Amino acid sequence: MDQKKYAKLEQGITPKPPILKNCIKAFLVGGAFCLVAQFIALFYMTFFDFTERTASNPTVATMIFISMLLTGFGLYKKIGQIGGAGASVPITGFGNAVVSAAIEHKSEGYVLGVGGNIFKLAGSVILFGVFSAFLVALVKTILVKLGVVSW
Amino acid sequence: MKGLLTFPSTPSIAATGVTAGPLEKKSPFHVNFDKMFDDERCGMKTNEQGHAKLMEDAIMIALSKVDKVPSDADFLLTGDLVNQMTPSNFSATTVGIPYIGLFSACATSISSVLLAALLTEAGLSKLAVAGSSSQHNAIERQFRYPIEYGSQKGDTSQWTVTAAGAAAITPYQKGVPSIERGTFGKSVDMGMTDPLNMGAAMAPAAADTLMRHLSGHNTSASDYDMIMTGDLSKVGFTIYKELIGNQGIKDFQNFSDAGEEFYGNNPDFMAGASGSGCSAAVYFSEIYKKMMDKEYKRVLLIATGALLSPLSYQQGDTIPCIAHAVELTMK
Amino acid sequence: MFSIYITSFIVGGLICVIGQLMFDVAKMTPAHTLCTLVVAGSILDGFGLYEPLIDFAGTGATIPITSFGNALTHGALAEAEKHGLIGVLTGMFEVTSSGISAAILFGFIASFIFKPKGNL
Repeated sequence: MDQKKYAKLEQGITPKPPILKNCIKAFLVGGAFCLVAQFIALFYMTFFDFTERTASNPTVATMIFISMLLTGFGLYKKIGQIGGAGASVPITGFGNAVVSAAIEHKSEGYVLGVGGNIFKLAGSVILFGVFSAFLVALVKTILVKLGVVSW
Repeated sequence: MKGLLTFPSTPSIAATGVTAGPLEKKSPFHVNFDKMFDDERCGMKTNEQGHAKLMEDAIMIALSKVDKVPSDADFLLTGDLVNQMTPSNFSATTVGIPYIGLFSACATSISSVLLAALLTEAGLSKLAVAGSSSQHNAIERQFRYPIEYGSQKGDTSQWTVTAAGAAAITPYQKGVPSIERGTFGKSVDMGMTDPLNMGAAMAPAAADTLMRHLSGHNTSASDYDMIMTGDLSKVGFTIYKELIGNQGIKDFQNFSDAGEEFYGNNPDFMAGASGSGCSAAVYFSEIYKKMMDKEYKRVLLIATGALLSPLSYQQGDTIPCIAHAVELTMK
Repeated sequence: MFSIYITSFIVGGLICVIGQLMFDVAKMTPAHTLCTLVVAGSILDGFGLYEPLIDFAGTGATIPITSFGNALTHGALAEAEKHGLIGVLTGMFEVTSSGISAAILFGFIASFIFKPKGNL
């Protein structure tokens, strides 16, 4: 049996992911994270001197704090198993990536283990975020200078 | 020849020892495990030390059942999945038996038994200990993600067991299962690339080794009370049956898979169990006991292993797999 | 005022559904998915489209990882407007510093307190 034939046989047997069910769960879990964040933003706007725009910073930090607790107590992996992308895509998922790597590599020490691995998972997001931001901003700035578009 | 082995002196498996972690209490097989730890690190500081402890205790239990101490043993043949197999190496340091580390991924449970049988057959060993082990946290962090990372595991994923199995192999003795024949597998690559669907990658290797064993030793599947594969699990086991069905095997009553049955039908464990401890724990507890009880007279054990590393997967390589088979009889 | 809670839930949920489709249909790993979403957020901001989404959905747009790409680009563009090309380099972390610093800080703190547990 060659590889092509086997791939066909394997495709016929391997169960397909339940896409609709997964999407509904991702929608609910992801939406729930955003809703919680909206209430936290309300808290910062009501009790502190934040506007709708500036409240975003402390809200993000608070969500990452919540993510740290959920990760540390072993709950985030359960949320991730249910919610899929609904748990990975919100900023809490970014927090989970950082925190889970940090506590995983504690056994190799704080410098080589935690320090060396804390961005093991989240690092690629930062890299591609920074690089694409650089390119987009560069192109836009040049286009503005050339008078093609305006800020 | 061609990887086929026959052992005229029929070396015996005089005793076995199986240890497992806390989660393995959910396994229907756990009643026959010798020792269950309540702590996933087996009371040690790191996962890897706990991993070594699992193996060490399994070795000691197997030896104690034949009233032996490590200094009586001639060879130790063990392996696991951690980089450079430190858990097996470290457990070998503790017991101090002349040691050969083996890597056949999750098929090490059988490759170690075959080599121990060869040493015994050649008259070079009076008592050899063979086995393999795996520890969930240590393996997951190496092959996949940090334990607490919230990634979604699909229906094809398998759960690495925390368990170790060891077998004490001696020249022929009455009243215990003996090793009659064996087949070393070929490394088979059918172009699978998904590391979260190992069963599908391993099934062709298992089918290849089974067919080679049957035709090479002139036996048929119905000659065995049980033909048990290692850790194909639900997806891989179905594919494997389809593959061997195409090659003329029609009756699957005496077929089973250790990984598929390891956690019963608990959906939390997705497609079932995997890891070098999976097949070792089931073969050296459940199967061994059923042979001792004479429920099984002749079994064929085919342990399966995926020969990938996180590096090979990231570099885009496909996943080659291997399966080794041993035939045990109870006279 | 109340409607922001509904739009936040729906928009945030939908961005996650896009992520889920990238997992299940495009067979992308979490890392590839998240990187793609970040780049998408960054490009959307280049066209000036992400800020209106934030006005519409609040945290539904700021909590998904797309907002990270948006914020990096937004910081770079704001500085570029003031200082020209050099601002593209210097402005990038202007807006996102809180997310990154919180993640580093809490990640490190967590490593003092917690141990990974392989339970279910």
